[in-house]
Amino acid sequence: MGERIGLEVSLAVSEAVKLARADAIAAYPITPQTHIVEELAQMVADDDLDAEFIMVESEHSAMSACCGTAAVGARTYTATSSQGLALMHEMLFIAAGLRLPICMTIANRALSAPLSIWGDQSDVMAERDCGWIQLFAETGQEAFDLTLCSFKIAEDKRVLTPTIVNIDGFTLSHVVEPFELESQEDVDAFLPAYEPQTILDPAHPVTIGPVGFPEIYTEIKKQQDMAVIGAYDVVLEVFAEFEKKFGRAYKPVESYRAEDADIIINIAGAVAGTARIAVDRMRDEGKKVGIVRPRLWRPYPFEDMRAAVKGAKGVAVVDRALSVGGPGGPIASELRSCLYPLAEKPVVLSFIAGLGGRDITIEDFYTMVRETEEVLETGYTDEYKMIGVRE
Amino acid sequence: MADQPTWKEYPVAATIHEPGSATGQNTGDWRSERPVRKQELCDKCGICWIFCPDAALFMNEEGYYEVDLYHCKGCGICVRECGKNAIVMVEEGE
Repeated sequence: MGERIGLEVSLAVSEAVKLARADAIAAYPITPQTHIVEELAQMVADDDLDAEFIMVESEHSAMSACCGTAAVGARTYTATSSQGLALMHEMLFIAAGLRLPICMTIANRALSAPLSIWGDQSDVMAERDCGWIQLFAETGQEAFDLTLCSFKIAEDKRVLTPTIVNIDGFTLSHVVEPFELESQEDVDAFLPAYEPQTILDPAHPVTIGPVGFPEIYTEIKKQQDMAVIGAYDVVLEVFAEFEKKFGRAYKPVESYRAEDADIIINIAGAVAGTARIAVDRMRDEGKKVGIVRPRLWRPYPFEDMRAAVKGAKGVAVVDRALSVGGPGGPIASELRSCLYPLAEKPVVLSFIAGLGGRDITIEDFYTMVRETEEVLETGYTDEYKMIGVRE
Repeated sequence: MADQPTWKEYPVAATIHEPGSATGQNTGDWRSERPVRKQELCDKCGICWIFCPDAALFMNEEGYYEVDLYHCKGCGICVRECGKNAIVMVEEGE
């Protein structure tokens, strides 16, 4: 077991990247960037990390540079959030399509306009279909641990797909939490040096990223999808190995007091911590409520989600992102799709909360559970409900 | 397309492992005009060869640059760059 210390979560993520012995980091340093790459730049400058730190002029360039370093076989990392992620958009699809195992932390923050860099999950939800493996952390320790796991998942020969670890902006990225940081020796044993498959090498010339004519584009997309779907098993393996090595257990979907629950709160990220307090209080008051939290978002853990909400009457899904003009929140949409084929399924309600840095309070969870109870009695009235909006 | 490889048979991300395999692709088939050299004006300077973005010019045994019509897309850059006006574009089909 590692040493237990207090640390800002962003700095702990930097520590994980250092322990992972990243070879190359490309990042744009200005808002909405976090302390993650600032600390990594310091580590490289101080010779604490033997990596190439590429300072670029935009996040589009950051991800482009990451594609380049990954293509020559370097273990590659970057971090961004909000508008920065939006500016990467084009290159995210290229990294995934080229099967370059880049790892990235997103400190989830709102998208402008109105101008906002406060926390919510609008940034990553807009990149839902970019082809990356995506994980959500609830705590700082989990952010540290999933960062180590992300390299192992992404670089697996069966996967070769870039991987995102989402940490809630501010709620996680800017707070100090207690950490067990692991030793270099243990991390080296868990995460050996990267063994790239096909790389750009003048001695063995290859073309990475050729034209995909209509005759082959579909086949290559199928190949990509099968790799990401197949990554589910690799995620399980990596989590099992992580638990064996470091003693902390992770699953694709986390359940809390959900086994016999009538109403389940479905939420991703750090605010599940607040939900837990609300659930404990409601349980004390005799209400059968629980929480289901997807840690793995891509590949979507269909069977885990179906099993996790089985037997519940209603699911209150909390989204910190809004599909404007659509069915509400993306986490709710995915759950509805996931449950649709089942003959018996709970009613799924979409709640939009915590947009642009607004707190989600314990009382908000009471409201959502109450509204779910009402819908169970009277039926649907809205596609979604926005929590705390002033009418 | 039934005789073509399945998704399982392609290299990861369609990476091409055979260098120079694009030479087998007929990239000249959408050309609407083709460059034609006037030998009497050409002084073999090679500007056309330098500027051709598709490497679709090659030197023949006499040192003149010939157009590889299998790969030439008909962009006309060689015509624009030639200092001797020794290349003209001719419409395909003429």
